[in-house]
Amino acid sequence: MTTAPVVKTVLESECKRMYLYDDFDRTLVTERVAEFRDQVARRLSGELTEDEFKPLRLMNGVYLQLHAYMLRTSIPYGTLSSEQLRMLAHVARRYDRGYGHFTTRQNIQYHWIKLEELPDAMADLASVGMHGLQTSGNCVRNLTTDQWAGVAPDELEDPRVWAELIRQHVTLHPEFSFLPRKFKIAVGASAHDRAALAIHDLALRLHRNASGETGFEVMVGGGLGRTPFLAKTIKPFLATRDVLSYVEAILRTYNEFGRRDNIYKARIKILVHELGAEAFAKEVEAEWRNFKDGALALDPAALAEIASRFTYPAYARLDDNPPALAQARRADRDFDVWMGNSVADHKIPGYAIVTLSLKPEGGTPGDATAEQMDAIADLADRYSFSEIRVGHEQNLVLPHVAQRDLPEVWRALDAIGVATPNVNLITDIISCPGLDYCSLANTRSITIAQELTRRFRNLDVARDLGRLHVNISGCINACGHHHVGHIGILGVEKNGEEFFQITLGGKADEDAKLGALVGPAVPYDQVADVVEDIAAAYVELRARPDELFVDTVKRTGIEPFRERVYATR
Amino acid sequence: MPLVKGGNIVDDRYVRALDDAPVPDGVPVLVPAARLLADADQLVARKAPIGVIWPNNRKVAELAPWLDRLSVVALVFPTFRDGRAYSQARLLRERYGYRGELRATGEVLRDQFQFLLRAGFDAFEVKKPADAQVFKQAAARFSVFYQPSADGGVPVQRRRLQTATAERAREAV
Amino acid sequence: MEHRSSFGFLVDLAHPMTSPLQQKIKITGPVVVTANRVGDGAVVYWRADGGWTTNLGEAAITADAGVARALASAAIADDLHAVGAYIAPVKLTREGEVRPGNLRELIRQSGPTIDLPVTFGI
Repeated sequence: MTTAPVVKTVLESECKRMYLYDDFDRTLVTERVAEFRDQVARRLSGELTEDEFKPLRLMNGVYLQLHAYMLRTSIPYGTLSSEQLRMLAHVARRYDRGYGHFTTRQNIQYHWIKLEELPDAMADLASVGMHGLQTSGNCVRNLTTDQWAGVAPDELEDPRVWAELIRQHVTLHPEFSFLPRKFKIAVGASAHDRAALAIHDLALRLHRNASGETGFEVMVGGGLGRTPFLAKTIKPFLATRDVLSYVEAILRTYNEFGRRDNIYKARIKILVHELGAEAFAKEVEAEWRNFKDGALALDPAALAEIASRFTYPAYARLDDNPPALAQARRADRDFDVWMGNSVADHKIPGYAIVTLSLKPEGGTPGDATAEQMDAIADLADRYSFSEIRVGHEQNLVLPHVAQRDLPEVWRALDAIGVATPNVNLITDIISCPGLDYCSLANTRSITIAQELTRRFRNLDVARDLGRLHVNISGCINACGHHHVGHIGILGVEKNGEEFFQITLGGKADEDAKLGALVGPAVPYDQVADVVEDIAAAYVELRARPDELFVDTVKRTGIEPFRERVYATR
Repeated sequence: MPLVKGGNIVDDRYVRALDDAPVPDGVPVLVPAARLLADADQLVARKAPIGVIWPNNRKVAELAPWLDRLSVVALVFPTFRDGRAYSQARLLRERYGYRGELRATGEVLRDQFQFLLRAGFDAFEVKKPADAQVFKQAAARFSVFYQPSADGGVPVQRRRLQTATAERAREAV
Repeated sequence: MEHRSSFGFLVDLAHPMTSPLQQKIKITGPVVVTANRVGDGAVVYWRADGGWTTNLGEAAITADAGVARALASAAIADDLHAVGAYIAPVKLTREGEVRPGNLRELIRQSGPTIDLPVTFGI
């Protein structure tokens, strides 16, 4: 039986962090900074070659990109305190060029970092419990969940407690720090999947079985890139007490059998595919039985201890849907539009979940300036119990806004430039940084996104098209998750020029699907036209105005879209 | 390649018998896995210590029958990025109760010392002499570990509970 | 899997992780050797007299495969100062000025093709 997280009522001013780091966590992060400082010194002096240094810096989230080093800072399960967000702003200002990029795995990236200054930047981040540990390298990466965790009306319980439990267990794990390849874990707790579970190496979905017990559905082998796969269920119901031992059994099986001869075949998705899900599950079970009741079996006291360190706001007793709110909507059309688009129901009456769009017209998807971050932190302090979330769609969330505060909040967000009412619409584009930043890219992606936001700038048009996820990746590594976009755009190189493959019908939710190719790749300057043709085709083909784009594609298949797009190409 | 044991550089008493020649008498010897399995009874009957070099792509369960008569098990890191021997080490210590010397060989670098120790290794053929010199410092880099591990390090959860228990005890006074 | 870019550059795309020396470099135009500086990650170019410069105009240029390989070899050996050295195409203008030879090199030299985010007045 699972203990529900203990809801502690604390003063608002005490609610500086959502997960209360204690001395142990702080010591670990501080020691890590000291180690990296030493490693950087040894690299700069030549004592370490790049070959020796590279895996070490990767384990701290330090990449080398086209123009500079890139620091990826972990935001565990996308949860930030205002203090932490201010520190992210400080790092952007002090060590970078005044902005940061929120990623499709709920992390933040800085694109202009100097190696020499990294230890200082990391020390600053460590002071608020943040780090780049394991945001890169062949180890377990950031634990992600859905950005509405803890406040969504439809969730069974807060998945972040489990994410934190697992995160600690896999951090600097002596056995699993040199896996065949990266390993991404996601945790979900609602029937509607907002965490893109199906595309993870390991996904854990909390649910109740027929007897009413809470446990995990365990899915393994999802992943995009060169050979995309959706995760397969290897254990329909795992008791919560067994989650750490089972995760360990999976990691050990992967560590032992994952391919190490070819980096393109090294992910666990390939192992699961080559062995078959059933055979893989058998290996895991056989290994697991050896130690499932040992030291990793969950001790209710230990779990309660972790759960108790998640603080929840001292919500006020408020009326749901206060009349003043409806009045405000009637009085201001723009506010009304924004309410209808960016505000979602909260599990506590009188509260709301507010999404901040980081997709303004002409902007870079997911970027925020230091000024914006500071302003959002201030708003979080005033209106959201000092808490902010980062979504894998590269938007931010204020998760605890009182409905009565929404008009003020909207005006403030609008002044910061994060209130474009395009959440989940065609201009809410998910994009990797692409060739403008990334040394792996074949093509640019940001400029494609920018052009699309200009083509579809008319909000009435965008609203009419409805929920439409456009995902752009500048190369086959698929950091933009294009395989699971309703419209997926993949940059490829053809004769030294930028070309793009378009796929349709991908989905990243509980009905996950990989998109299907529409036709031959098109050149850079035709991409926006193609997307316009696809949108026009959808309007023509849809059964009703409210049939979602992705459902129309499912119903009609690719062919009608292909005809229209390639008729004149 | 210096051998580090107990934090210090020590002489390696073991001779590697890697070919088919007769194993020398009266000296500690390390043999490859195939040799051990083929001549196990003879080898473990020797008066001098016997150890094995076990490849990282073979299950250590195969070694289990002889563990109590082996003085050294040497595991292999073909590159430091190949982490299979960490799993092997933990299984040998925690599942099979191996108590002899567990030696890390191959590409063994300073930045992995603490991982290696926590996985159960207690001897290290260190690639770089400079790394061997600083073993003690490098191995003490971190004082906080989240996981229970083969070297008996106390994981954070238990320490937290100990702290909480101690606090409650103090408050009760 | 091989790919011939529009600059006559034969690159083995199946192994993008291999060093420039292992790539089958077929050079049909002028090239330089470029990398990123260790300390700050800045884009640098290998000079004829050894060492690195951030100025493309000061880079050693050659259209000879053997010379290119030798330059790359020396550059790669200078692991202390720069990392990830490889052979990159350039273009020469009629006036003899050297320009980046493809979009990637243009972006490396001049920065992203987008305006970096800036906020005013909040």
